[in-house]
Amino acid sequence: METLLQQLINGLTIGSVYALVALGYTMVYGILGLINFAHGDLVMVGALSALQTMMFLMGVAPGMSPIAMLTLALLVAMPVCMMLGFTMERLAYRRLRNAPRLAPLITAIGMSFLLQTIAMILWGRSYHTFPQLISTTPLQPIAGVFITPVQIAILITSALIMVALILLVTRTRVGRAMRATAENHKVASLMGVDTNAVIAMTFVVGAALAAVAGVMFASNYGIAHYGMGFMPGLKAFTAAVLGGIGNLGGAMLGGITLGLVESFGAGYIEDLSFGFLNSSYQDIFAFIILGLVLIFRPTGLLGERVSDRA
Amino acid sequence: MLPDQSQAILELRGLSVSYGGIQAVKGIDLALFPGELACLIGANGAGKTTTLNAIAGLLPLAGGDVIYAGERLNPVPAHKRLAAGIALVPEGRGIFTRLTVEENLRMGAYIRRDKVGVEADMEKVFEMLPRVKERLPQVAGTLSGGEQQMLAIGRALLSRPRLLLLDEPSMGLAPIIVEKIFEVIQSVAREGVTILLVEQNANLALEFSSRGYVMESGAITLTGSGEALLADPKVRSAYLGEIG
Repeated sequence: METLLQQLINGLTIGSVYALVALGYTMVYGILGLINFAHGDLVMVGALSALQTMMFLMGVAPGMSPIAMLTLALLVAMPVCMMLGFTMERLAYRRLRNAPRLAPLITAIGMSFLLQTIAMILWGRSYHTFPQLISTTPLQPIAGVFITPVQIAILITSALIMVALILLVTRTRVGRAMRATAENHKVASLMGVDTNAVIAMTFVVGAALAAVAGVMFASNYGIAHYGMGFMPGLKAFTAAVLGGIGNLGGAMLGGITLGLVESFGAGYIEDLSFGFLNSSYQDIFAFIILGLVLIFRPTGLLGERVSDRA
Repeated sequence: MLPDQSQAILELRGLSVSYGGIQAVKGIDLALFPGELACLIGANGAGKTTTLNAIAGLLPLAGGDVIYAGERLNPVPAHKRLAAGIALVPEGRGIFTRLTVEENLRMGAYIRRDKVGVEADMEKVFEMLPRVKERLPQVAGTLSGGEQQMLAIGRALLSRPRLLLLDEPSMGLAPIIVEKIFEVIQSVAREGVTILLVEQNANLALEFSSRGYVMESGAITLTGSGEALLADPKVRSAYLGEIG
């Protein structure tokens, strides 16, 4: 029972991070039908630019409070990723708007390599210790379950961000324009919507979420590295497909579900495999799920339409 | 010739549009005067829809000019033409099926900042289209074809257009519904909105129009008042199903 609750907390935490990243995938897919495989690498850029900011701040203002430092790091990481998201769309994807589906997909994979290589040049190949400004020491256990302050911060922050995003998309004029553009670019432009601006904005919002997710991820594990975006990116993509790609609620549900499955899987994998596999094999669960969803329910949990695009 | 009573609100001068190497519209001239209801009739594939889409800015021109209220519109992108006063109800209605009826209407008023005016215009649209009002919270994809057409017209009116372009509003609808749609179009025209109507139902379109243009494989072959065209033996045999 204690293990169960413990895995629940761990799963919800990592699941909310997946959900934030999955939202970026799903929003871009919803509006362009494009799977932006470079999105996961924005998680890495977010983490490393936050790390860089923290190192700088520790040098110039060693006595700064951890919360202020973390906030400043986010205030740098988010705009950096937003600008990257904007630039990617403007320079690469926009030119391929009417190209065959495979061209933007391959471009996205190339973009992912490009980001990783640039990060490797800037930050080197080694693993960096990410300052854990919010404590990762568990609080007094409640009913035998340990929860760390950083987990609490991740859960609260991501819940707030998701609520804000839902309100933005469902209640505001811009959100309405996003949904209209997602359904039909031409007709949206007939309504006076600058669809290029709306598409750019979708990339920018997704990139901001990825930056936050990157800082959460690195804060939770205490490590940052130029390749760290790859796995969470793939998993968030899985989460988006699981929830029904193109669907915001689906990305959230898919992210949380994936986090839980992974966490429970890691907790019980030894028993399940009769001691053959240990918890370091937890990554297989994400891809088992991806396989099962694609075979049995390609539209995902909440998706209505079968995708006809690559 | 019809008298040139005032400055044209819309003028097409030698308008040409190409689609992947094929010239769909071949240098047409057309003039619309304020408050007029004109129609563009012709067979399937004559270039009528292409002409409307080019006026709305959805297609690049291969040649010629679109002059609107004395200004050359060629470089103006589609999303800015609405602000100039040109609204297009596209072929197939272009309803946002996943948005609610109300959200569709609000999209029509997307460019407007005068909240009070928008609310007043919403009321006017409800008066004209009571069926739409009953279905405000419904997802628009669940509406019938006729209701969707009404919604598309109501949505276009919410931008307060000076020029309304209608692409086959009768398409796929039962005759009773078509009659209702045309009543709505007529009442919009009475409000002073200039209308260019594209129709395959030539009989009906000419009956309501003060002026008609007949289009044939990318060119305008006949022009005249609605009545004159209705009486023209060539039009009667080609488009009104009479054997001449």
